[in-house]
Amino acid sequence: MTLFKNKLALIGLVIIVIIAIGAVFAPLIAPNNPNEQILEQALKHPSIEYPFGTDEFGRCIFSRVLYGSRISLQIGVTITFISSVIGITLGLISGFYGGVIDEIIMRIVDIFLAFPGLILALVVAGLLGPGRLNVIIALSLVGWMGYARVVRGVVLSEKEKEFVENARSLGASDLYIIYHHMLPNVINPVIIMASIGVGYAILSAAGLSFLGIGVQPPTPEWGSMLSSGKVYIQTSPHLTIFPGIAIMITVLAFNFLGDGLRDYLDPRSNIQKIE
Amino acid sequence: MLAFIAKRFLLLIVVLLGVTMMTFLLINIAPGDPAEMIAIARYGLENITADEIEQIRQSEGLDDPLIIQYFCWLGHVLKGDFGRSLITGDPILKEISARFPATMILAFISLIISLLISIPAGIISAVKQNSCIDYLTRTGAMLGTSIPNFWLGLLLILFFSVTLGWLPVFGYGEVRHIILPSITLGTGLAAIITRLTRSSMLEVLNQDYIITARSKGLYEKCVILHHALKNALIPIITIIGMQLGHLLEGTVIVESIFAWPGIGKLLVDSIFARDFAMVQACVLLFAILFVIINLVIDILYMFIDPRIHYKKEG
Repeated sequence: MTLFKNKLALIGLVIIVIIAIGAVFAPLIAPNNPNEQILEQALKHPSIEYPFGTDEFGRCIFSRVLYGSRISLQIGVTITFISSVIGITLGLISGFYGGVIDEIIMRIVDIFLAFPGLILALVVAGLLGPGRLNVIIALSLVGWMGYARVVRGVVLSEKEKEFVENARSLGASDLYIIYHHMLPNVINPVIIMASIGVGYAILSAAGLSFLGIGVQPPTPEWGSMLSSGKVYIQTSPHLTIFPGIAIMITVLAFNFLGDGLRDYLDPRSNIQKIE
Repeated sequence: MLAFIAKRFLLLIVVLLGVTMMTFLLINIAPGDPAEMIAIARYGLENITADEIEQIRQSEGLDDPLIIQYFCWLGHVLKGDFGRSLITGDPILKEISARFPATMILAFISLIISLLISIPAGIISAVKQNSCIDYLTRTGAMLGTSIPNFWLGLLLILFFSVTLGWLPVFGYGEVRHIILPSITLGTGLAAIITRLTRSSMLEVLNQDYIITARSKGLYEKCVILHHALKNALIPIITIIGMQLGHLLEGTVIVESIFAWPGIGKLLVDSIFARDFAMVQACVLLFAILFVIINLVIDILYMFIDPRIHYKKEG
């Protein structure tokens, strides 16, 4: 069982590495310029020259999907980083200090959790206007609560242990205890959540772009490629098939990794997926 | 138990106040001068004058401090008055109540479909652990949690509407119109419930009382459905409750793909039209639904699982 799961984690990791290599070396790998419009070549089906065919402006879809991985990975990792830092900080403070501070932070968490995340993100991104940065702001804003709750829970159980009392009697400051005794304990659950979180962030960002709120054309982004391709679904389905596969494989890889890590790092954990 | 429900309601009020405050703030932190935007929305970009903007500022009370505006707005909302659409000028409540049933129907049918698929699939997968069916189910569930619903919707259109010509791409009012949207919306949920049903059934099937039940010579079907499933149901209901909110949020994307005339599509359209009053009302509605669902689920637990006591929990 564990072996099977860890195999999955390995597969996930390998796929992520491949996607990352593709993203980094996109200019070397891409057969064509992703933004070059050759109207005579519009809506061509897959061929040797254009492995995934071309879109309505005659742009190479394979190159666009490849370049799209840069944007998706960048957005996914940034969102996860920001929301986990916010969540860890608030969770540490909340769990460690308790009392009124804890009460206030946890009620803020409740209020944020009362909003369906994607809808809140949709409205924030919609109001701020299109663009990569606004997608990152919107999705970071709705992604931190899970981290805060889990980190708080870990801290609550850790701070009752004897070594904290010992450290305190040796004159350790709060900051020292938080940094040296609390933080290391929250790393594992946070890594597991973050792994699944990157996939979820990529999925949500693509969803926003698909709705037209988010990264805008002509930027090669998977969600917005799907959105502009859906008009041609009857005659040129390759416009919608390939970007979709790219999103699914990427999200699947991060889910594999997260699930595998969960079994490996924290076999008895019951952290729910933060989706 | 009463004390718990009372406390939960108190918390509900705090959360709802916070929710209204955030909804209100959201609209007011949007870049741009609200008076000018209302004027543009009402009269069009070319036809507005500085006087008209000033007039709107006066009539809408936009010069007042934010906190006054908030309580003023809240007072109206509590009376059921969400104001008027900035674009059409119609009462928002009318538009929302006209659209609300469509979203509820879609969410309900999706829930039913996903339960009909996932619970049997999860049970079979657990009973026949490590069989071919088990692997198929698990692979399917894994794919189901990772597939973007907006892409799944397009694939379903491609297959059932374009290639086979069986089902319409969009429309509303007949049974055939709801099939593709509800499958699109229900797949993610079905995948999650399948995985959970399988794992909680596996856990229960290894318990002593199942072995006892079997050794008494009960039919396997009876053991699985009556003894095992009943006990595996608690975590399943928990996850359904947690996921109902996400089902609602999925309506935004699914309704946009299939031009389904519900609240989700209304929200997206209003964002594009910059109809802030409508956006505000839609978000508030979603949030209130979300909060109520969570409350109902919490209270339901007490009846489902007598082991749960809410004494310490707050």
